[in-house]
Amino acid sequence: MSAHLKQDQPDDRNVLDSTAQGIIGEPLTRPDGLLKVTGTATYSAEYDIENCLEGVLVTAPFAKGTVTSIDESSVTDMPGVIAVISDQRMTPRAIQGTAGEAPITGVCKVDYWGQPIALVVAETFEEARNAAKHLVIEYDADDDAVFDPQAVEPKPDDDPTRQGDLASAMSDAAHSVDVEYDTEGHASAAMEPHAAIAEWDGDTLTVHASLQMLNYNISELADAMELEESKVRLIARYVGGGFGSKLGISQEIVAGSVAAMELGRPVRVVMSRQQVFQNVMRRSETTQRLRLAVDSEGKLTAFGHEALVSNLPEEDFVEPVLQSSHFLYAGENRLLESKTARIHLMTAGSVRAPGEAVGMPVLEAAMDELANEVGIDPIKLRLNNIPEEHPATGLPFGSHKLAECLKQGAKAFGWDSGPRKPRQNREGEWWIGTGMASAARVHNVGEAKARVTLQPDGTALIETDMTDIGTGTYTILGQIAGEMVGLPQDSVLTELGDTRFPRGPGSGGSWGAASAGSAVFLACEALREEIADKVGQPVDTLTFKDGVVSWDGGSSSLADVAGDEALAKEGHYEPGDIAEDYTAASFGAFFTEVAVNRWTGETRVRRMTGAFGFGRVLNAKTARSQCLGGMVWCIGSALTESLLFDPTDGHLANCDLAEYHVPVNRDVPELEVIMVEERDPVGSPIQAKGVGELGMCGGAGAIGNAIYNACGARLRSFPMTPDKVLAAMPDD
Amino acid sequence: MKPFDYLRAEGLDLASQQTAPDGAMAIAGGTNLLDLMKLQVESPDTLVDVNPLSMDQIADEGDGLRIGAQATNTATANHARVRSDYPVLAKAILAGATQQLRNKATTAGNLCQRTRCYYFTNIDQPCNKREPGSGCGAIDGIARLHAVLGTSSECIATYPGDMAVAMTALDAKVEIANGDGNSRTVPVRDFHRLPSDTPHIDNVLEPGEIITGVTLPAPVGGTQLYRKVRERSSYAFALCSVAAIVDMADGRISRADLAFGGLAHKPWHDPRIGELLVGEEPSLALYDKAADLLLEDAQGYGENDFKIPLARRALTATLCEATGVEA
Ligand SMILES: Cc1cc2nc3c(=O)[nH]c(=O)nc-3n(C[C@H](O)[C@H](O)[C@H](O)COP(=O)(O)OP(=O)(O)OC[C@H]3O[C@@H](n4cnc5c(N)ncnc54)[C@H](O)[C@@H]3O)c2cc1C
Ligand code: SF4
Repeated sequence: MSAHLKQDQPDDRNVLDSTAQGIIGEPLTRPDGLLKVTGTATYSAEYDIENCLEGVLVTAPFAKGTVTSIDESSVTDMPGVIAVISDQRMTPRAIQGTAGEAPITGVCKVDYWGQPIALVVAETFEEARNAAKHLVIEYDADDDAVFDPQAVEPKPDDDPTRQGDLASAMSDAAHSVDVEYDTEGHASAAMEPHAAIAEWDGDTLTVHASLQMLNYNISELADAMELEESKVRLIARYVGGGFGSKLGISQEIVAGSVAAMELGRPVRVVMSRQQVFQNVMRRSETTQRLRLAVDSEGKLTAFGHEALVSNLPEEDFVEPVLQSSHFLYAGENRLLESKTARIHLMTAGSVRAPGEAVGMPVLEAAMDELANEVGIDPIKLRLNNIPEEHPATGLPFGSHKLAECLKQGAKAFGWDSGPRKPRQNREGEWWIGTGMASAARVHNVGEAKARVTLQPDGTALIETDMTDIGTGTYTILGQIAGEMVGLPQDSVLTELGDTRFPRGPGSGGSWGAASAGSAVFLACEALREEIADKVGQPVDTLTFKDGVVSWDGGSSSLADVAGDEALAKEGHYEPGDIAEDYTAASFGAFFTEVAVNRWTGETRVRRMTGAFGFGRVLNAKTARSQCLGGMVWCIGSALTESLLFDPTDGHLANCDLAEYHVPVNRDVPELEVIMVEERDPVGSPIQAKGVGELGMCGGAGAIGNAIYNACGARLRSFPMTPDKVLAAMPDD
Repeated sequence: MKPFDYLRAEGLDLASQQTAPDGAMAIAGGTNLLDLMKLQVESPDTLVDVNPLSMDQIADEGDGLRIGAQATNTATANHARVRSDYPVLAKAILAGATQQLRNKATTAGNLCQRTRCYYFTNIDQPCNKREPGSGCGAIDGIARLHAVLGTSSECIATYPGDMAVAMTALDAKVEIANGDGNSRTVPVRDFHRLPSDTPHIDNVLEPGEIITGVTLPAPVGGTQLYRKVRERSSYAFALCSVAAIVDMADGRISRADLAFGGLAHKPWHDPRIGELLVGEEPSLALYDKAADLLLEDAQGYGENDFKIPLARRALTATLCEATGVEA
């Protein structure tokens, strides 16, 4: 039996507010937490599988051209070597999220430096790695590869917004800014490298892999291997971070599967750290132009945001830089347009918060410049310009907490709304300054199925192929079910990450909790109905708590209700037409204080406050952790993170965690997170929206604005490394 | 990683003989060598583990201090006399790597650590240091980390470490055993080489030579500072660093032993800077002159041009801090 909802209407019943268990939203600890911190959670590459061979990918040392021959005999006599695989089913690129079909196949044609071209399989990892370094390949490298997005004619992307007349609004305005910013490429830099173990039993292909979206991944792999989906099983119980880099299947999964099917033995392929950096996904660098103008009241009259991004030829993905710019602020004369340059750097794809991660900081930096021009408090400028409805489509917002976030965040931070002038505060050799920015992130949901079973012993089991990529899915799904059927956390077992289970949406685009959570919710609603039937009482008179269902004059334990047979219900949630009637997005605000060294330009964040409204908080601890993680990413993208590509041959130079600088502990000060309570009836039937990415959508701008306020250096380039700060810092 | 033989050193002279042939290398903490072997940048046939030689003592030697070749960076930085008498060394070590790495990293390994040049560590790129004659990828490439002093047209790599920069300011000596019971001593200031046309040779160690320790001269007091400039506040190599031992007498500078990291193929020491400063009253103008001397022959390679003004500012900041000049 299943319960199906295609959400066409807002759901403002707020069912989870009237339940009795009292665990929804509570900061419960992760059931998988102890396993992870004690190293006993088994990640994809760690399964102990008998007779398993080891594969190591060989990659192209050139950016564009054709591999003309692979001399297998150069390694076949080396110790332990079993085979060299360069099958044309292998994929040269990682697949974009939600593709759901076979990727580009064929590895002979090379489109970027570091592209996998073969797999060397040996008895041990060391043998495979050594042989991989010795494999002789011949190739014709083209000398016309372009790596600089500014050096090619870009093509406009679909759906530009043009409203009114931006140019005249700019020239007529009381105040305006017209500025160009750039941001560098980013890597996901997840801790667990991409890894797979493929097993073929002659009929079914089973792959343990580090993936975010099994529901799509199974179609991708089945299509690539020319198998029925029913002959493929994917397992990803624990994923050591994804951040977009594991949305689609990547090269090691297909290569390992081909090898396992050809050789009849299990094959493990783990990418090296360098390979993960060099051939999975990059966030595109961007160049952005912002044109903003206000009237004498501080109301926006012109809003222009243009972006240039890049990708490989034949990739559909475009870094959606303008995504939240479409609706964050008002302004009747609008121009939003993005262009893509086709270049031969590795695939550009989703890296946490695609679009807003780089679009929002730049918009928010330009807003700071505008507030400075006008001479008003930057918070006021934002409050002045929150639109009533989507400025282009006119659709109302399901709910909208930007103003509350700005106000609550400012209060908690102790924001001084007096006149702002840079270079007012120095402590020793450090200039101190503050900055703020808004946060915004579109809200998405995806189709999701989950089964909830009330077991004869009165406990519940949740099953879905949804993944937990470190976000807390195990925890929140258990909480939703526990809340709905009246069970404490330890009486609900959640099983995830196996395509044998009902299909979930996967983790990505911050949609997992709202989508998979709604499927669990629907299954539980159906369970409650069935329990009501069994006890012969109307469901709305029942109270579910601590394993007991009670009503006026009676009660029964869930174990008794279940009897000898488990009661299983499947919940099926589908996004409906609601998106045609409403705008759904999460909002927030960042406030930060930084210190900039007057001698060296080094910038250290001293404190940061984030206030966020993202619908219902399902677990105050895991939600807070998502916000914290996002704010840490803000620090990285503001100050240190940047992919460095060689201008001559396009290879990625800084391809490990020593040289690609994500923030370390010492870079991260005390972070304060305020979660602004909200119920969004449009977001999902559990009134939740996305939070996984919101925390990094704009905060880098707040840091840049604080650098200006501290030392007077207005940088228009992220990350703001000491060399750039020094170059922009006024002389003492 | 190429298969290799692993030997445990049984006596210094034997170890010296064992590391003498081409393709044999000593291994200590392994934090640098193993990484490079996995990348096939180093591909020794034989590793001689020097840990059994127990060269990890830190002990007084005359008025000075002798730090064994195998003393870990953690042990050295935490040693009571290092902290009290040679604080610049403790500060420099603690500014490097991470606690976990410093627990394994040794004195000798740290001195011999190889450059972090991106092209050196990628065997699919040209690099004269890794493969003489193959060219230098960095000169026209990503040279953000690279040297501005003492470079050659063959190589612009930096020596990346911190510890040796402090040892350079302290004028420490490296003790080297070369088999048959012989040994020699080389000032740290002369231990590393400039690249010239043989960038594949980092330092003056001859095949079969084994570092046994580093001796620090009698302590000189003064204000001892180590300033390391980097975008990430920990776990990052220096864009530029300054080790300074500065003393004042009667309002004048009486000692100024300075060394610089992140600027050259070796910890940089220019004796003219000390000579210029000693005997003078501290002032910004004086420090500007010191920076002029330091950077007289500096040459940027585009991406690292910023290091030239940065080095000037780091030098000025350090001297201001040491002498209390308000700027
Ligand atoms: C991610 C990362 C970040 C780091 N950051 C910093 C930093 O910020 N600052 C810094 O200074 N360092 C840094 N390091 C480098 C670290 O300090 C060195 O790796 C370490 O000091 C090397 O010591 P080891 O004992 O492990 O050497 P090994 O790796 O064992 O050996 C290194 C070299 O020394 C030679 N060698 C070892 N012992 C002897 C001997 N007795 N005689 C002759 N030769 C010998 C070996 O043959 C080899 O060539 C970092 C390292 C890593 C991996
Ligand atoms: S700078 Fe030196 S180490 Fe770097 S590529 Fe050039 S030769 Fe090699």
